[in-house]
Amino acid sequence: MRLNGSQMVCESLLREGVEVIFGLPGGAILPLYQTLPEYPQLRHILVRHEQGAAHAADGYGRVTGKPGVAWATSGPGATNLVTGIATAQMDSVPMVIITGQVSRASIGSDAFQETDTTGITLPITKHNYLVMNTVDIPRAIKEAFHIASTGRPGPVLVDIPKDVFTEEAEFEYPDEVDLPGYNPTLEGHPAQVKRAVRLIAQARRPVILAGHGIIISQAYDEVRELAEKVQIPVITTLLGIGSFPDDHLLCVGMPGMHGMAYASLAIEEADLLIALGMRFDDRITGKTSEFAVNSKKIHIEIDPSEIGKNVHVDVPIVGDLKLVLRELNRRVKPKTHVEWIQRIDELKQGHPSMLIRDTDKLIPQYIVQQLAEATNGDAIVVTGVGQHQMWAAQHYTYRHPRSLITSGGSGAMGYEVPGAMGAQVGRPDKVVWSVAGDGGFQMTMAELATLVENNIPVKFAIINNSFLGMVRQWQEFFYQKSYVATGYTHNPDFVKLAEAFGMLGIRVTDKAQVRSAITRAMDYDGPALVDFVVEEEENVYPMIPAGQTVHDLIEEPLPERVRR
Amino acid sequence: MTTNGGVPKHTITALVQDKPGVLNRISSMFRRRGFNISSLAVGHSEEPDLSRMTFVVEGDDKVVEQMTKHLHKLIDVIRVSDISNQNIVSRELALIKVRSNVQTRSEIMQIVHIFRANIVDVAVDSLIVEVSGDEDKIDSLHNLLKSFGVLEVMRTGTIAMNRGADSRVRRTAARVDWGEASSV
Ligand SMILES: Cc1ncc(C[n+]2csc(CCOP(=O)(O)OP(=O)(O)O)c2C)c(N)n1
Repeated sequence: MRLNGSQMVCESLLREGVEVIFGLPGGAILPLYQTLPEYPQLRHILVRHEQGAAHAADGYGRVTGKPGVAWATSGPGATNLVTGIATAQMDSVPMVIITGQVSRASIGSDAFQETDTTGITLPITKHNYLVMNTVDIPRAIKEAFHIASTGRPGPVLVDIPKDVFTEEAEFEYPDEVDLPGYNPTLEGHPAQVKRAVRLIAQARRPVILAGHGIIISQAYDEVRELAEKVQIPVITTLLGIGSFPDDHLLCVGMPGMHGMAYASLAIEEADLLIALGMRFDDRITGKTSEFAVNSKKIHIEIDPSEIGKNVHVDVPIVGDLKLVLRELNRRVKPKTHVEWIQRIDELKQGHPSMLIRDTDKLIPQYIVQQLAEATNGDAIVVTGVGQHQMWAAQHYTYRHPRSLITSGGSGAMGYEVPGAMGAQVGRPDKVVWSVAGDGGFQMTMAELATLVENNIPVKFAIINNSFLGMVRQWQEFFYQKSYVATGYTHNPDFVKLAEAFGMLGIRVTDKAQVRSAITRAMDYDGPALVDFVVEEEENVYPMIPAGQTVHDLIEEPLPERVRR
Repeated sequence: MTTNGGVPKHTITALVQDKPGVLNRISSMFRRRGFNISSLAVGHSEEPDLSRMTFVVEGDDKVVEQMTKHLHKLIDVIRVSDISNQNIVSRELALIKVRSNVQTRSEIMQIVHIFRANIVDVAVDSLIVEVSGDEDKIDSLHNLLKSFGVLEVMRTGTIAMNRGADSRVRRTAARVDWGEASSV
């Protein structure tokens, strides 16, 4: 079949099962756009800013597990994608990005809207391509999808010069990829699995550290089986939230900088850490030399370079979690750890991190808790970055995998609007709540127009504290309340803004209005926004200051804490 | 494994796809992760579309393990081996331009002879010496010639190869036995 390059791209995307693309046109990618009418099966969502396209593709990838697709033109179009690509790379999100490039003859001449897109994205993609011949397009796209979605997933970018889109060549879609340098290890090494079984049998105070890898590998049942069979408490990382139900008896919650104190303390007291699909991020470990020094460590991870990177591991197992855990579950003997589980209950009682201060004031923790009740823990929660993100992670009850969608490794403010858009497009059957910061929301709120235009019914809970709250908290704790450049004195009227965009807008200033506002927003047929005007100087507790240890934990002053 | 003022040196070889940008991918990864390369040599391998690289890198075992893992993680890199502790031949080629005159020429030639090096260019006031060998040998010759005045030095960086027969290209994707990978 003879096709031009643009048709080849579309044919290839269809063969990869792509249904939706987020993008914005420009000169270099125009030939591709002008071909779209020939492919009505490909739904294109026109964004307002390419960062929105990248984050939306990322959100789509996180909720579906399939690569999200974003595309943009050369130069500024491509550079606007960069934050979104880096975010996907940090959090191992499958994504395929296509960018237009200036024509081949102009490459290297600083032509209009030329940037070295493959150069710029080299360190923030899993792999990238500059396709210099039309005939190579199918193979590049086939490989891009394969690399993006297998092993440890990540973003793959395909840069295509304008004249490569327009030239014709013979189209043949390869059945298989030929990548001699890429072959992720899936089965765990049997000898290592045996060593892990031995450590588990010997352990008296084991904990599972459940990471994003479980969700990626869809190993929920296997983790649950391991936890239940051997009675091991489960701690979930920020991105691992949802890999194990929050309301399960063995769930201990999130550890680390803003994790539950008892989860961090349980790690400290454990004699065995079973780390599953996680990477010992500094937000979890704090000072690595003093992290979990009392325990042996089993680390099961598909990316060998994560093993031994931050902490010493006694039993490394490289492989796909689902397969490795199946093998492990076959070999471990049922066991109980009554004393240890009692000890964790004691820790929970002594450090009630999940309690919400009893107050008439409108505080964010209460809003998140009400959201959890109103949605029965069945919504997909998308967040920005900052205090509201941590409260959303702490106080919502996540009962399903892929139900907390948040920028972890990158910590990209602004994720909350387009990320939620992508999540809702990927899961139209679900209620999607974006728990947003007033700061981050304003970084990408142009995408509200995209939501309205395409009737994507995301519900926003803006936790409006008129501050870049998390930074303000650091200033309060570590810089004697010197609030430099963190206060917003003239935020827009978010309700009017919602109305201007054509959405429902509701303002809540009183605790008593919270639940009805949530319900109204959910009952509304279309995107809606609730502007929760909250206590401005509320802090996220507990906190382990950066680079410190569990012994430096700061907890909410106790007298204020009363059971809810 | 040799050491350089306390920092151990490792020799790592990699088999990589001969594609545009592959060197950039590798050097960008080394820079980004703060790994130190003391030399890097690239050239064709026995297969038409594959290149072999030799890196001499500095770092303790933990750092070098991370380096090899990150190298291996690059899609265009097919195989990586840390051959520091193996039975290898390692060689470097250097050109050294040294000041010379009628009085010093024969003395230089004697030294060059002892090192089994060659003089590949003779000018009125300088000579170019070509020497190959391991890094230490080249360092020693360079040091000896310094007293005559070294005008220019060009070194290729070390290339290395296992002795014996088992280093042929395997075209299948390298399945690394990560299970036994240490985790320092
Ligand atoms: C793009 C970006 N810029 C800066 C930061 C640094 N930062 C981390 S949290 C934060 C404050 C976020 O404020 P807001 O979105 O209002 O959320 P809040 O913390 O108040 O809940 C900032 C500025 C960041 N994470 N991302």
